[in-house]
Amino acid sequence: MGSTNEFLSEDEARRITDRVLTLSEADHCRANLSSAMDGNTRFAQNQMSTSGDINNTSLTVTSAFGLRVASSTTNRFDDESLAQVVRTSEELARLAPEDPEYMGELGPQSYPDSDSYYPTTANLEPEERARAIAEVTEQAVAEDLISTGFLVHRSGASCVATSSGLFAYGLDSRVNFTTTVRTEDGTGSGWAGTSVNDWADLNTRELGGIAVSKAIQSREPRDVEPGRWTVVMEPTAVGNMVNLMVNQLSARAADEGRSFFSAPGGGTKLGEQFIDERVTIHSDPQDPRIHSTPFSGEGLPNRRTTWVENGVLRELNYDRYWAEQNDREPTGFPSGWYMEGGSDTLEQMIASTERGLLLTRFWYIRGVDPRTILFTGLTRDGTFLIENGQITHPVKNLRWNETPIFMLNNIEMMGAPVRISSGESAGLTPAVVVPPLKVRDFAFTSISDAI
Amino acid sequence: MKRRDFLRNSAILAAGSSFVGHPGLLDGILSPRVTPDGVLSARRADPERRALAMRALGAAEDAGAEYADVRINTNRNRGISTRERRVLGVSDNVTAGFGVRVLVDGTWGFAASGVVTDDEVVRIARRAVAQARANRAAQRQPVELAPAPVEPDGVWTSPIRTDPFDIPIEEKVAYLFEANEAALGVGGVQFVNSSLFFLREEKFFANSEGTVTDQTIYRTSPSMSVTAVSSDGSDFQSRSSTDIAPMALGWEHVIDSDLVGLAPMFAEDAVEKLSARSVDPGQYDLILLPTHLWLTIHESIAHPTELDRIMGFEANYAGTSFISPVDEYLGSFQYGPEFMNVVGERSTPGALSSVGWDDEGVAPQDYHIVRDGILDDLQTTREQALWLADHYRSQGREVRSHGNSYAQSWADVQFQRMPNVNLLPYPDRDVTLEELVDGVDRGILIDGSGSFSIDQQRYNSQYGGQVFREIRNGRLEGMLKDVAYQIRTPEFWNAMDLCGGESTYFVGGAFGDAKGQPAQSNAISHGCPATRHRDVTVINTARSV
Repeated sequence: MGSTNEFLSEDEARRITDRVLTLSEADHCRANLSSAMDGNTRFAQNQMSTSGDINNTSLTVTSAFGLRVASSTTNRFDDESLAQVVRTSEELARLAPEDPEYMGELGPQSYPDSDSYYPTTANLEPEERARAIAEVTEQAVAEDLISTGFLVHRSGASCVATSSGLFAYGLDSRVNFTTTVRTEDGTGSGWAGTSVNDWADLNTRELGGIAVSKAIQSREPRDVEPGRWTVVMEPTAVGNMVNLMVNQLSARAADEGRSFFSAPGGGTKLGEQFIDERVTIHSDPQDPRIHSTPFSGEGLPNRRTTWVENGVLRELNYDRYWAEQNDREPTGFPSGWYMEGGSDTLEQMIASTERGLLLTRFWYIRGVDPRTILFTGLTRDGTFLIENGQITHPVKNLRWNETPIFMLNNIEMMGAPVRISSGESAGLTPAVVVPPLKVRDFAFTSISDAI
Repeated sequence: MKRRDFLRNSAILAAGSSFVGHPGLLDGILSPRVTPDGVLSARRADPERRALAMRALGAAEDAGAEYADVRINTNRNRGISTRERRVLGVSDNVTAGFGVRVLVDGTWGFAASGVVTDDEVVRIARRAVAQARANRAAQRQPVELAPAPVEPDGVWTSPIRTDPFDIPIEEKVAYLFEANEAALGVGGVQFVNSSLFFLREEKFFANSEGTVTDQTIYRTSPSMSVTAVSSDGSDFQSRSSTDIAPMALGWEHVIDSDLVGLAPMFAEDAVEKLSARSVDPGQYDLILLPTHLWLTIHESIAHPTELDRIMGFEANYAGTSFISPVDEYLGSFQYGPEFMNVVGERSTPGALSSVGWDDEGVAPQDYHIVRDGILDDLQTTREQALWLADHYRSQGREVRSHGNSYAQSWADVQFQRMPNVNLLPYPDRDVTLEELVDGVDRGILIDGSGSFSIDQQRYNSQYGGQVFREIRNGRLEGMLKDVAYQIRTPEFWNAMDLCGGESTYFVGGAFGDAKGQPAQSNAISHGCPATRHRDVTVINTARSV
């Protein structure tokens, strides 16, 4: 049982899945449970704005008759509702056309140990959230600045059980904290944030200090010309870009000729060096730096996988069907990933730059051309001009049209990887650990007046 | 060929107007209303939910709340997705629960649970009060609410003709397969993805002032995407079904949208794009069809006029707005030309934001956001309307919420979300698409929404599209590709020198508009005519690797 009694224990989860599998009349059946306590607090204008504490448990039942398959989800657990969700999935499945790619349900599997559950996070109360936020708002008030931000945490269980005897249960805790501090005249804005599993690892005072100093330093930015620039990218900006490439690792899309990872003339780029040889990216549920659940929704083990090694594409994401078609093992999908770095510090990157830009993070990143993984987006909350090895003044934000492929071919320096808040909405995204980078020829296409 | 394409675009527009399935689409927009037509029901609010709600409100008040509201929701959705000749997924999801929001000494608290029982509503109401107390220490300015009329027993249902949940799954799959075959019948097409999505949301609301509303909201979305891959594998191009918008209608919207009939056109477009000429970057006049323009309106008008953004409440994610400080813009900022009128409303039958009451029990108003080119008003909730009290009083207007509060589910706290935000057709006459194109020497016509990205104050944005046609000397020429245009909001709308009339009007929209933290997803509709904008920057988005 979770220490807060707010989500399902392993025994409770097993009772529900046993009940579902007993009720099932299908040839194959799978039950997925997600049970969590979520808490969050927002702040704006240096005070709390809204917050929430939410309990929810949901159950998805997938039923198959032969190759006819469908699923149904509920969050009610009385006998009648459980019978209803099983019945609905079966009714839909009987009526669905055959899915020639349905692979049946998995039998018992063995999973790597992954302990990302922390009672410190599970027991977090609104008072502690308020105190952590006050560490930021007090600094902002002292400097006549306006702080806003978001603290969110979730602790809970996920569970998979199948009619073929598989049962998997795992616990997880996550916290994400981000803050944006603006000047009262609206000419400066600074940001800081990160994600952790253990509440004890979060230092909101330090993050608040970073956002406060960036807000002050970014006041009254000047124009620079769009074009190709050497950029020193803080880890959050790097993660924003590399995520775009990691999300495109589908083997099937590559084989079908509609992906950057398709090889011209057929096949994939597997085995090819396609980016700088210093780039290595892996995922691993057991790596404490990038904790993730040890099993997928189907109950597949998430093994350690090296996707890119020394710039060479080593693996693509194969689901069970596509893996079988291609005589390979299914890979699972990276929930969290780690990119190796180098020994350069951010200070050294700046000091070595004759003329360039320092970037804090990116915003509104949207796809433009999937053939090259070209995306567009803007810089935000801390963009500075570097001249002759020094930060000289803040600059206006810029729109870029760029691809992580070009960026990772143009690396000049790499720093030590750190964990970031990787999603634009600062929600509870998988753990992403990336280094800061110095990159040449990053393509900016226009100026933005937004601060 | 060129002429046929031109006519085809006109035909799409004409068909587009009928997608809404209601004659006189514009009739309701500016007329005073209490509730939308034909959707009030004689039934009374659900007594079981009413009893639970009263229990929650009582517990909140006993614990010390000066205001409380409770929402008890059951959301059911069904989705079917296919590719080519197989079903990718069939799912049916139900989530039920409730959320209690309280004010304690002017500080908000909110708690929610998926266990809807007598005991749990009391526990959660007390938790919301305790949380408000925890946040109160840091309170600098207490929250107050603008007055709202009490509605003791309001019942409302989306104006559907056929409940999509009554249609058998075989019929839905057969419909998608027929559309897929229609696309695959076009030579050069390799991939088709298509889907149907349906939602029914039972939304019960009660507050401590005596308002009780019980609404049933439907949403229906048919969609498809067709991909062609060049024979040598060097290129692939896709076309999405942006001529078909999701709507707050029933199964009849699937039939009226005519996915099967339009599929060959989507397929032909995807194939033609492979051999289309890559655009020369530069300055062009743009003709934007409403299948495309609704998204530009969404980003550059609807979002920047959200009052919570303007006041900094969304600065950490969605951002702020170029409209700041408010008093330097409201009533004086020239958003666009004099014929530009933008209205916020939640009354167009079938539009995605239309409801009887918002998520704090307020009957929404129809109001001008831009009147004769000038910024006239902003989107508000009860908390926010008071922030504009001085302005409203100086104008002799009532200080009240526009009814723009929304929460995506029982588990999320309600906050300000956009109504249907529409650009009205040209006021004096029915300007045709032909007339818009006729006035262009060097331009591009853009059909369908594509890639989009905008900065956090809504100045600088960039948009792609689905289909691009070159315009030379008032004539539509061949297809272009790799097109995106970049704008700065005020210049872009002031560079609109003419817009289409009612015959070019279409209601576009989407699911999945994100705002807030935790991010909440909203469904949005924007009605608009075709427009013409002079001298806009176009870039070429192609790269060779």
